[in-house]
Amino acid sequence: MYADWPLLSLVIWTPIFGGILVLFAGDSNPAGARKIALVVSLITFLLTVPLYTQFNTSTHLMQFVERHEWIGVFNIEYYVGIDGISMPLILLTSFTTVIVIISAWEVIQYRVSQYMAAFLIMEGFMFGTFAALDSILFYIFFEAMLIPMFLVIGIWGGANRIYATLKFFLYTFIGSVLMLVALIYMYTRSGSFAIFDFHHLQLSLNEQVLIFLAMLVAFAVKVPMWPVHTWLPDAHVEAPTGGSVILAAIMLKIGGYGFLRFSLPITPDASAELDWLIITMSLTAVVYIGFVALVQRDMKKLIAYSSIAHMGFVTLGFFIVFRIFDSGFGDQGAALALEGGMVQMVSHGFISGAMFLCVGVLYDRMHSRQIADYGGVANTMPVFAAFMVFFAMANAGLPGTSGFVGEFMVILASFKASFWIAFLAATTLILGAAYTLWMVKRVIYGDIANDNVRVLNDINKREFLFLALLALAVLGLGLWPDPLVEVMHPTIDNLLNHIANTKI
Amino acid sequence: MVSMESVYLAIPLASLLGALIAGFFGKKIGRAGAHTVTILGVAVSFILSLIVLKDVAFDGAPIYNQAVYTWMISDGIRFEVGFLIDGLTALMITVVTAVSLMVHIYTIGYMHDDDGYQRFFCYISLFTFSMLMLVMSNNFLQLFFGWEAVGLMSYLLIGFWFKRETAIYANMKAFLVNRVGDFGFLLGIAVVLMFTGSLDYYEVFDRADAMVTATMQVIPGLDWSVITLACILLFIGAMGKSAQVPLHVWLPDSMEGPTPISALIHAATMVTAGIFMVARMSPLFELSSTALSFVIVIGATTAIFMGLIGIVQNDIKRVVAYSTLSQLGYMTVALGASAYSAAIFHLMTHAFFKALLFLAAGSVIIAMHHEQDIRKMGGLKKYMPITYWVSLVGSLALIGFPGSSGYFSKDAILIATHNAEVWGAGYAYLAVLLGVFVTAFYSFRMFFLVFHGEERMDEHTRSHLHETPAVVTVPLILLAIPSAIIGWITIDAVLFSDFFDQAIIIFNEHGAMAAVAEAFHGPANFVLHGFAGLPVYLAAAGVGSAWYIYLKNPQLATSLKQRFIWIYNVLDNKYYFDRFNEIVFATSARGIGQVLWRLGDALMIDGLIVNGSARLVGWVSSVVRYTQTGYLNHYAFAMISGLILLLGWVVLG
Repeated sequence: MYADWPLLSLVIWTPIFGGILVLFAGDSNPAGARKIALVVSLITFLLTVPLYTQFNTSTHLMQFVERHEWIGVFNIEYYVGIDGISMPLILLTSFTTVIVIISAWEVIQYRVSQYMAAFLIMEGFMFGTFAALDSILFYIFFEAMLIPMFLVIGIWGGANRIYATLKFFLYTFIGSVLMLVALIYMYTRSGSFAIFDFHHLQLSLNEQVLIFLAMLVAFAVKVPMWPVHTWLPDAHVEAPTGGSVILAAIMLKIGGYGFLRFSLPITPDASAELDWLIITMSLTAVVYIGFVALVQRDMKKLIAYSSIAHMGFVTLGFFIVFRIFDSGFGDQGAALALEGGMVQMVSHGFISGAMFLCVGVLYDRMHSRQIADYGGVANTMPVFAAFMVFFAMANAGLPGTSGFVGEFMVILASFKASFWIAFLAATTLILGAAYTLWMVKRVIYGDIANDNVRVLNDINKREFLFLALLALAVLGLGLWPDPLVEVMHPTIDNLLNHIANTKI
Repeated sequence: MVSMESVYLAIPLASLLGALIAGFFGKKIGRAGAHTVTILGVAVSFILSLIVLKDVAFDGAPIYNQAVYTWMISDGIRFEVGFLIDGLTALMITVVTAVSLMVHIYTIGYMHDDDGYQRFFCYISLFTFSMLMLVMSNNFLQLFFGWEAVGLMSYLLIGFWFKRETAIYANMKAFLVNRVGDFGFLLGIAVVLMFTGSLDYYEVFDRADAMVTATMQVIPGLDWSVITLACILLFIGAMGKSAQVPLHVWLPDSMEGPTPISALIHAATMVTAGIFMVARMSPLFELSSTALSFVIVIGATTAIFMGLIGIVQNDIKRVVAYSTLSQLGYMTVALGASAYSAAIFHLMTHAFFKALLFLAAGSVIIAMHHEQDIRKMGGLKKYMPITYWVSLVGSLALIGFPGSSGYFSKDAILIATHNAEVWGAGYAYLAVLLGVFVTAFYSFRMFFLVFHGEERMDEHTRSHLHETPAVVTVPLILLAIPSAIIGWITIDAVLFSDFFDQAIIIFNEHGAMAAVAEAFHGPANFVLHGFAGLPVYLAAAGVGSAWYIYLKNPQLATSLKQRFIWIYNVLDNKYYFDRFNEIVFATSARGIGQVLWRLGDALMIDGLIVNGSARLVGWVSSVVRYTQTGYLNHYAFAMISGLILLLGWVVLG
């Protein structure tokens, strides 16, 4: 019944126009703005549900495709469609946006309509990024998405927000400019901006290496990978809770998505050639950043560093496939690695979002993110403590939560690549537990540390709602990941076939 | 007639249901509601377990090996949740639910005044569920699930009194040390998956030959046998969970948790998961004598050296904790000797008598108003007759008094170790033999100091001393019965019948169990035969020395301590493991973190690269400023020519 609907366009543009509508509600009517924003985000979420339920899991071909000429001179098209790697991320986005709208309900009192509008418009841009099949369309959404985020940090952010925004901007700008050059170069070779034409473009190894490196900068900054990660802790610390949630849950995923959509299929030979670089950067993220997270005193910084470490599993999973091909033990493990990386992205969306929301709940009450200001929160906020311990365990990769699934798949697969890669990756079992549980020990457990903690009120119904929704998602994905993994199989298998063939 | 399939499913789910009700509706159903519903849940689990045991042991039910649901399919590998029901599983679920049920009932008394009453019942039922899932699993995925889930419950229960700094330190330590073990365990699972392409036990066992012939170069130039690597990595997991040296350090500290969980988790069930796992993996371990040697040496070291620490402990629970470490060492030695069934047999008897000893210690602690120092006790026999007699039963079982349950299981291990031929078996035999004396000594040192001799408590405590209520003593009595007799009744069935035939594989060249079978001519004869051997006299000597030193001639204890002060210090500091870990691992990890953060992130990346390039941009723009004309077409021209230059460089270069 949806066959002839432009469903993807509806998904992309509903929140954008909805956001503009909210802007018109104006700052004089915050209550109205909230309600409209919630309704828009819910409608958008409902619109994304058929993308899953109507999804054909037996084909790797793009689905829900819409293709129209746009700027004919340069052969730029309005060309959108989804497959097994973009669809889960779109659902993650629509789910997370609802959570963010609810979480901002009473917390944001300043320029409410603009805040809500920023998140809705950002949601539409993120959908566009995941759905775009024309590289210029992708690039436009990719860049446009940053504008509302800069505003969110710049207007509702903390004291040092200008520095954070600038750093964030510089990092991402340098990356995306290089990517644009790469895209234009490929256009000159293929006469098209369609991503699939790039996939099938014959490129020499030298060309591939340059294109790979250009896109690597763009995507590595987004993920972010070590050593281009230092903007993330600052951005998180200054961002309001909702900004942190979207940043961690969705925006970082665009980097991972870029590797799958662009780097691997467009430059397979360069990826194989330079996989050592990505593997090294990923393992550094797991180990080095794990240690750095251990000594953080600011909860948001700690979770930001933990995000970097967890995203290390994503890039690791994506780039160990070449080692698995070369292992001499058959190709089994390659799909496990790619799907593991994908699962890790979705799971990290839930868990990091939940962790930032937990910090937000505390910050709203105490106006501090410093671990040292807390202690014994479980005494006064038992329900909240239960949630926070649960999400912390998920962050530490406990089986039964979603945090386990992706890491488990990537570690199992990486053993096939090399014992030592698996060995270093598996240190997350210890490091991840150490930095997460040590924070829990100092914040949640213990006797009541001070009078501010003594007067804390436990979470209200609204806070319970969004934490419970995320807890269900984390638990559901942990106990039964098959519905998520299943939709990826044809796409991942096709991708593996594609990158196993040399382009030279 | 209900199908057995739904019985299997109901066993863990009954406990889970109880836990969920107590957890989510604890406030509504109240204290009585919480303990009723969880006890009911565990009782159902227990009764159904008995049905399964009967079905497997007496009615000869075939092995059940089925998936419950498919967790995930990726890369053609099925990751499943499923059950394997054979003799080993049937025995384990019965032991787990039996002890759990007793502990649930006991908890009503022990936690009577605690604010977290409902939460406690929720946790221990959830633990029971996790443990059942662990032992019922038919694959490595679910094993790891259960493995970590029991670890989580242990974490939550050690830190149950989360206001206490010592408790929340101990629970984090327990979790992290276990994670070190799990680190090895996970890599072990990865080896298995890589070489067999499956995580299903039976499929892995069938394809295990692929690991025997293969070698891996972990360190370049050095070929390692894959099966040895896999078994040792898996065993590292067992070392964490079953607290084997050097990953034992968390178990003594776990005594910060309430006593019922010390009995249930840190003595009877969870800590034996490692033992169970290795027994379950016998088809793999049999393939690698190197791994078996590794196992037997670690086990022997744990058995003797942890027992020695037990001698100098003064906290009643810590004495029992070190005794648990030592007994886990015995079980591990049995595993290394290829006497897997003897290990499981000792696991079973130990579950009963050690749970009994812990709960009896708890009973003493209640009576002593939460005083745990045995130097402040003494003469409790006349105040607490039931606790006294059950403690005696438990202690006799622990030291292997002829005829008691512990006698049969420990003697089986001793004979098996004596006949084992793997490298390290000689050392192991010496260790477990000396361990018999040590066990008897520390057990009865504690027993005499608590129940006999001078009453050393203060007047206030003495005036309030009385036997604990029936909810406490009834479980004690119910545990004392199997502690006394279960060895006698079951040794034939567990060790020498075909009960474990399908579950445990022993190669012919590993003849330790065959030697035990040869020496066995019925339980009565086994007892009589024991008097011809050394262990019984070593145990008697241990009890005698404890009696002489601590009751007959108490000054001797002090003067011996003075005389051997350096040995005492080494033991009192637990061979300095904790201090070593604190300095080498905890402190250096924080140090590394600081250095990487301050030097790597702040100085190098942000300072040099990010701010440096910002400064470079500033410098360039100050130069470039002179070229700025303010005309838009100039800019556009510059941009386009720049782009063309760049493209030209890329294309032609």
